Formats: sequence, C-alpha cells, structure tokens
Amino acid sequence: MPGVATTTEEIELQIDPGRGGGAAIRDGGDPGRGDGQSPAYQRASITGITLALGGILMFFLALTSSYIVRRGVTTDWQAFPLPRVLWANTAVLLLSSFTIEMARRALGRGAVAAFRNLWALTSGLGLIFVGGQLLAWRELRAEGVFLSTNPSSSFFYVLTALHGLHLLGGIVALAYVALRSWQGSKVGRATGAEVAAIYWHFMDGLWVFLLLLLTLGR
Amino acid sequence: MASHAEAVHAHVHSAPTGFIRKYIFSLDHKVIGIQYYFLALFSVFLGMSLSLLMRIHLVWPAIHLPFTPGGQMTPEQYLALLTMHGTIMVFMVLTTAPQSGFGNYFLPIQIGAEDMAFPVLNMLSFWTTFVSLVVMVAAFFVSGGAPIGGWTSYPPLSALGEIVGPGQGAGQTLWIVGLAIFCAASLLGAINFITTTIDLRAKGMTLMRMPLTVWAWLITAVLGLLAFGVLLAACALLLLDRTAGTSFFVPGGLVVTDQVITWHKGGSPILWQHLFWFFGHPEVYIAILPGMGVASHLLSTFSRKPIFGYRAMVYAMLSIGFLGFTVWGHHMFISGMSPYSAFAFSMLTMSIGVPSAIKTFNWLGTLWGGQIRFTTSMLFALGFVSLFVSGGLSGLFLAQPAIDLALHDTYFVVAHFHLIMGVAAIFGIFAATYFWFPKMFGRFLNEGIGKVHFWLTFIGVYCIFMPMHFLGIAGHPRRYADLTGVQYLSSLIPVQRFISIAAFITIGSQLLFLFNFLWSLWGGKKATEMNPWEATTLEWSIPSPPPFDNFAGHVPTVYRGPYEFAVPGAPHDYIPQNLTPAEAATGLTASGAPVKA
Amino acid sequence: MRKRSGCKGSTPVAAAFAVALVALTVITTYLFVVKPWWFPKSITDVGNEIDAQFMRTLWITGIIFILAQLILAWVIFRYRAHGRERASHFEGNAAMEIIWTIATVVLFVGLGLYGEDAWAKVHYQPAAAGDLQVEVTAQQFAWNFRYPGADGKFGRIKPELVSASTGNPVGLDRTDPDGKDDVVSPIIGVPVNREVELILRSQDVTHSFFVRELRLKQDAVPGMLIHIHFTPTEVGDYEIACAELCGLGHYRMRSLLRVMSQDDYDRWLKDTAANQ
Repeated sequence: MPGVATTTEEIELQIDPGRGGGAAIRDGGDPGRGDGQSPAYQRASITGITLALGGILMFFLALTSSYIVRRGVTTDWQAFPLPRVLWANTAVLLLSSFTIEMARRALGRGAVAAFRNLWALTSGLGLIFVGGQLLAWRELRAEGVFLSTNPSSSFFYVLTALHGLHLLGGIVALAYVALRSWQGSKVGRATGAEVAAIYWHFMDGLWVFLLLLLTLGR
Repeated sequence: MASHAEAVHAHVHSAPTGFIRKYIFSLDHKVIGIQYYFLALFSVFLGMSLSLLMRIHLVWPAIHLPFTPGGQMTPEQYLALLTMHGTIMVFMVLTTAPQSGFGNYFLPIQIGAEDMAFPVLNMLSFWTTFVSLVVMVAAFFVSGGAPIGGWTSYPPLSALGEIVGPGQGAGQTLWIVGLAIFCAASLLGAINFITTTIDLRAKGMTLMRMPLTVWAWLITAVLGLLAFGVLLAACALLLLDRTAGTSFFVPGGLVVTDQVITWHKGGSPILWQHLFWFFGHPEVYIAILPGMGVASHLLSTFSRKPIFGYRAMVYAMLSIGFLGFTVWGHHMFISGMSPYSAFAFSMLTMSIGVPSAIKTFNWLGTLWGGQIRFTTSMLFALGFVSLFVSGGLSGLFLAQPAIDLALHDTYFVVAHFHLIMGVAAIFGIFAATYFWFPKMFGRFLNEGIGKVHFWLTFIGVYCIFMPMHFLGIAGHPRRYADLTGVQYLSSLIPVQRFISIAAFITIGSQLLFLFNFLWSLWGGKKATEMNPWEATTLEWSIPSPPPFDNFAGHVPTVYRGPYEFAVPGAPHDYIPQNLTPAEAATGLTASGAPVKA
Repeated sequence: MRKRSGCKGSTPVAAAFAVALVALTVITTYLFVVKPWWFPKSITDVGNEIDAQFMRTLWITGIIFILAQLILAWVIFRYRAHGRERASHFEGNAAMEIIWTIATVVLFVGLGLYGEDAWAKVHYQPAAAGDLQVEVTAQQFAWNFRYPGADGKFGRIKPELVSASTGNPVGLDRTDPDGKDDVVSPIIGVPVNREVELILRSQDVTHSFFVRELRLKQDAVPGMLIHIHFTPTEVGDYEIACAELCGLGHYRMRSLLRVMSQDDYDRWLKDTAANQ
C-alpha cells in the first residue's frame, strides 16, 4: 500500500514520494518563466473559478427547482409573452463569448493590442446585454407585468435580475483583468484572462439555460 | 490529478508590517484562522448566555431577568432568544470554529503549503462573516426585537411581517440579510479550502497521505460549496415575499387576527422547507465532520497507534458527505409531503447511519492495543466518541416516519441534535483547542484546569441532554415558552428543573475554559519544544508559533502517511511525515545529529 | 510528552473515565427500563404498532449503546499507557470492516423496512368510507373543529367572514345551504371505535395537530387541506397540543379530544349544535 511503511527495510523503498508535488525550488519559479509565476497557482486559479461556478450553479439550480415546483403546485400560473428583445440580447451575449475567446487567443499569441480591443468589445457587448435586459423589463412594465403580478413574472424578474447581476460582476472582472498591473503577481494576465473567460462562458450558457426554462415553462 | 506545488519563494506575499496588515486585514491564513476562532469564541458565549436565560425562564418564570423590559420575560422574548441561540450556535460557532478556524490555520500547514490558494479571498471571507454576525446581532436592537420563528424560519410565519408576531418585522429582515451575507462568506471560504487541498499539496503529500483532519476539512468545504448557494436562493425568495409582494412561499386566503391577507396568493410553505433542509442537512454534517477528523487524528496520536482503517475512514466520510445530500426530507415527514417520498428519505437516512457506525468501530479499533496518553485534548476526543454514539443512536428513532409521528417537534429531537451536533462538535473544538493551542500561541493551556473543565462539561452535558429524551417520549413539544399552557406538561416540570440546574453548572464551567484560554495566551507555560505531543503531522515540524510563511522557505517533502506510530524497528514510537527514510531509520540527520522530533 | 502522561499517572484518569462511562450506561439503561416519564397509553391499534416498533428500535439501539459505551470504557482502562511501552501496530482489518459494515446495513435498513407497515397504515391508505369527517382549523392561537351536520356536507368558508369576536372563527358562510347545519366547536368530540377523518387546514401560519395518545402528529399548512385518520379505542379526554412553532402563543395553543360512547357523542353533538 503506497505511503504506508511497516518495517525499516520498507521505509527505504518508499523514497519515491508518489504522485504528489514538485520540488521546493528557491531559485524563483518554473524554469523558463523567470518571472516569479508558478504553474501551481495557475492551476489553482482554474480550480478556483471552476469551484466558484459550482457554487453559483447550485444557486441557480435551487431557483430552477423552485420554479418547477411553484409552477406545479398551483392553478394561478399565468403565462405571458416574453419580450422579443430577449432574443437579440441572447445573440449579443453569444457574440461576446466569441469575442472573449478571440481576445484570449490574441493574448496567447502576444497580440496585446488585439487582445485589448477584443476585450473591451466583449465588455461593451456585455453592457449592451444588460441594457437590453433592462429594455425587456421596461417592455413588461409597460404591459402591466411586474415582479408581484404573477408567479411566472416573479420568476422572470428574479432570474433575469440575478443573472444580470452576475454578468455585471463579470464585466467588473474583465475591467480588472485589463487594467491592473500583473507585475510580480503569482499568475500572469493570461491566467487572469482565462479565469474571466471561463466565468463569462458560463454566464452565457447559464443565460441560454434560463431562457429555455422561461420559454418552455410558460 | 497532478498536484505539483512548487513552493516558490517569490510567490508568497512578503512578511506583513504594520498593525493593520498584521492583525486586522491580514492575508495570513494563520491570523485569519485565529480571527475566526475569536469570532466563534465570542459567539459561543453569546449563544450560551441566550440559552441560560431560556433555561432560567422556563422553570423559574417569575425571576426578573436582565434585558427583559418590564421585568418578566414575555413569550416572544423567549422565542427570540431561542431563534438567535440556534442561529448563532449553528452558523457562528459550529460552522466557523471547526472549519474556518482550525481548518484555515492548519490545513495549509498539514499539506505543506505556505498559505491558502487565495489569501485575499480568505481575508474577505472572514470580514464578510464578521459583517454577517453584526447584522444578525443587530436584530436584537431594532424595534420589535429579534425574530421568533426559530433558526429554521418557516414561512408564512417568517414571511408575513409583524402582524404575525413581534420581531417579525425589521428583526426578521435583518436575520435573513445577515444569513445571506454568511452564505456568501462561506462560499468564498469553501473555494479556498478545496483549491488549496487539490493544488497546493507539497511533494509526497498524496491524497492518501493526508491527515484525516484535512480530508474532513476538504469534504466539509465541498458540502458547503454545494449547499450554501441553495440557502442563499431561499433567503432571496423569502426576502422578496416579505418586501416585494411576491408569493413564493405564501398561499392566498390567509386571515391574521381577523384581517384578510390580500397581497399573497398561491405560494407553498413546503417549498421553503425543501430549500432550507436541502441546505440544512448537509449543514449539520458541515458542523460535525471536522470534529470527526480531529477525533480520528487525536485518538491515533494519543493511542500511539495508526488510525484503524485509514481508507475506510476516508470512504466513510465521503459516503456521509454524499448521502448527506439525499436525506433532507427526514426533517419533513410530518410536513404534508408525500408519504411515499417520506419512506424513501427514511431508507436513505437509515443508510447514513452505516458509515457513522463504521467510523465508531474504527475509533474503538484505534484505541484497542494502544498506549493511551490522557492529555486534556485526548479526554475531549474520547468524550466525542461517547457523545457521537449517544447522539447518533437517537437518530435511528427519528429516521423512521412512524416513530417520528410521535417524536417530531418534541424534546426528543432537541436531545438528538444537541448531543450529536452541538455537544459532540463542541468537544471536537475543545479537543482541537487543547491540542493546537501550543502550536498557535507558543504556550500551553493549563492541563489541570483543562481536566476540571473536561469533567464538569462531560458530566454536565449528559445531565442536560439525556433527560430530554424522556421529555420527548412523554410528548413535550419543543419551542414552548411556558410550561403552564398544556396541562400534561406539569408532571415534566421537575425534569426541566433538573436540566436547568445542570445547564447552569455546565455553562458556568465554561468560564474555566475562558479563563484558561485568555490567561494562557500570555501566562501559559511556554511551548519550547516544536513537537510536545510527539505527533507526526507537518505542523509539529515547525516552531510554535510558526513563521509567517509556515516553513521559513523550506517546504517539506513528505515520505509517508500521517499515522506512523509504533512502527516495529523504528527508533521512536512515531515517525514524522517529513523525515527522510534514512532519518526515520536511524533517528539521526545526515550530519549525525539526533533528529529534532 | 516525555515527562507527562504515559506513566503510572494514567491509571486514575483512565479509571475515572471508565467509571463515568459505566455510570452513564447504568443510569441511562435504568431509566429506559423503569420509564419514569414515558408515552401515555396508546388508544389506537396503529398506535400500539408504533409502540412495538419503538420498542424494537429501543432494544437494538439500547444494546448498541451499552456495548459501545462499555467497550469504550474497557479500552480506555485496559490500554492506558504503561511507561514508554509501544502500542501494538496494526492498521486495520479488512475482514472485520466488511463484516461489521454488512451487519450494520442489514440491521439499520432491516429495522427501517420493518417500520414501514405502521407508516403505511397511517398514510398510504385513505380513510374508509363511512368515517366521521371533522375539519380542523388551526389559527394563532386556537383550534376549531367543524362538523358537516346532518347533510354530511361542509359549507363554504370565506376568509373575509372570519371574525373571532362575532363567533365565526373559521369564516363559515351561513348563507350557503350546505353550511346551515355545520357545527363549529372549540374541542373535538368523537365516538369510540369509529374511524375519524380529520381534514387539517390553517388560517395563517403553519401549525401542527398533536395528540400523544394517538401517536399522531400532522402539520396544518396554510393553502393545503391535509387528511389524516385514526380510530380511537378508549373513552377519555386527551389533550391536543400544537407542535409547530406558530408565534408567541404557540405554547398555549391547546384543545381537547374527547372520545365518548356513541350515545354520549350524539348528545354532545346535539348540545353543541344547539349552542351555535
């Protein structure tokens, strides 16, 4: 059994420390990078954002199951037509996933100017999406459909608001990645961009899921 | 899963300077762990004070108690104490001290890391938790006072506002907001713990060489990551029902004191229960798993024997974690839920007793054949085993819906969750405190006072909670502010009196601990040796207290598992994880000097 | 600790701990045998079945409790440290792990399956036809019980008609022909040996109907009508308590279940109807 020595002789044989860990290096990091960055912390950043998305997913799954349950228990559920602008917003968000991917690859190639432009474009598209969601709300309000009008509208506002808030958080993250100095940090801008992009794609996918839920659940 | 953690000197943030950076907004996981511990310490004394007032009022209602304007405590004041006692104990004590307190301090060290993966996030987690505590405690001071709906806060009682009771206005709102903030803080903490354990283990620290404390903290963090988001969603919806006229949880046609509630329709109170308990059941495992890890760790260390069945212990904790997400409905047998799903939940709940039983067998197996050293921390670890057995077995009654028909919402339930969660987890915290205090503060807690503290507490908690089983069997409902309403309670009042006296003594004994703790911080016997307990894990290979980056630049390599005790042929009865095979075999370093164990 | 525990000094502590655990075991076992505070006598057949399942569970958990605490006491004393002797070195025993895992699964799951029968009798089967139906209305902080009267039909309830002060606590619409003969009472009377079906509802927050002697408890949830049934076999007065936190008066939300002979019941119902 690995890691368990039972006699002095066997202790000798356990020198290979197994699958864990690299060496403690005092000379400044992964050979070849020479900039103080560490692959371990790069990996940790990806692990971290993945876990965060797990937590956020559970949050939205709880809301989803509430939606399904609430719709099932009563007879007072009244469907209402979804504002058409939602489809335009979806297209904008999908496009922004495309641009953020392009931006990330540009950075990987070293095309910093292209990265900055595409990154800013993504943020802009994100803001347009949020603006479009607010337009959708305005449309509904004009038709007399408010938060408390009906459980169907309650969920609409709640889901779009919470998704929108998370997306705004993503826009803040994009700004952070673009604007901060990454000098002397454990990870580089490339990792920061990767983390932000993973979050962004998730928000995109989440929106598609929520839209499907709202459409099919009507 | 590769985990090549290069501990690069340049990566670790440099030693902090200045009081604010060092002690207030510290990024050091050790300081943050201590901050969480002090938050929990404050909270536990607050929580105990609340329950002391409750216990006195229940059996001596004529006594004029402090903080009760007008002299005698009103029922709503009792219920407010009850609500805040449960909330503060579960969240601010049991979810913080074992995990965010000790876990923060020792997880990185025990895996050979120089800090948590995300130190800034760690600092934010603590201060967010602090804010949530402030918001919650503020509920006491607003008009109407703290909420009266219990820590479970079922709507419509928690959704309709002040018309259904005092404290249900601003107090309830603050409670929900405080809890939501706590959820966010916990999620941040969970991300840190899991990432650190996956990605920052030192060379040689494979998963199966991790101390069981680390496994417990890891699994607990996973539970938290998946559960707290659900509670956050529930809080959001409840807040909207209260303030925005939605009806997620509140049906129509309600009448409160002859007033028809026209602004709600069609909601489901049971929906709240599903959401709350989907979180709530994993939460109780979050409260107890770290204690189980500590118990395993200490029982092995102080029996001078390897843990019995290391792998089984790991699989048991994984099963408990997984199954913990499937059993939430056992809180809802009586709720109006489908009786068929009730039965399914029952079967799953009976099953979750199996891994718990395996852990108990293995604890006994660890002690068997040992050379037991009765330090105060070991006493609490042994007490943990006894309490875990007692509290766990009563669960077998409640897990059966037919029996739950009689015992649900009675003092039988109160006995069960206090023994298995409240008291056992507290014993885990005490055991960890007496064990790790010298490492954290460079001084020992006084063992003599510690032993008195142990005996008074161990006997005291059994005197408090064993009789409660009988109260429940006799039909005594819980959350009753007064025992003179329902007539059949009169014959049970003497039992309640006994419990209150026991509680008074037991809570008083905790002052011994508080005195010991505070005094020893500055006046305790100095811990000059790095490894006074002759333990094997990495924290005992560094000075007490440790340097800011834990290993002073020399991150260890791990050569063996965490419980190498009594290895035949070895020079000492323990082999630290970081000794090279040559050092372990000879007890000497390469230069010929004795290994500083 | 080289100079501390691990010497002869461990015997007093070990002995004390063992004695404490033995005392815990003896006292607890004694109390569960003598039962100074216990269930009141059950007044239904299914209640007796629940009691039997309770005793089965008590025997099994009791034996496990006694064994576990006494084994813990024994290992604590027997394996207290002696000087600097080494402990035995074993890391586990796969065979034992498998055996006690299987044993525990069989015991726990078996016990749970055994108890399904009583649950099924209470909840899987609805009340039989010809039962006595009584609607139970829970509110802050009182119980009210409604009988359908001679026509066997419950009249309409309107929330806006609820008025405790003018004697209409459940909001009965007296203009509804079905409701003209409904009888509302603050206590519930039933004839012995006849199946009673309760239809639980709540006016405001969640409450819970609980009678110890019936071994029965059911939440009354606003927005729902929940049916439960029971057949009492003994005449007597049995207290009803609220078992779900409902506000400041939760502790005093009580009423009475009065089980009577058929004649007494008929007389009681007539008298109560006359006082509407």
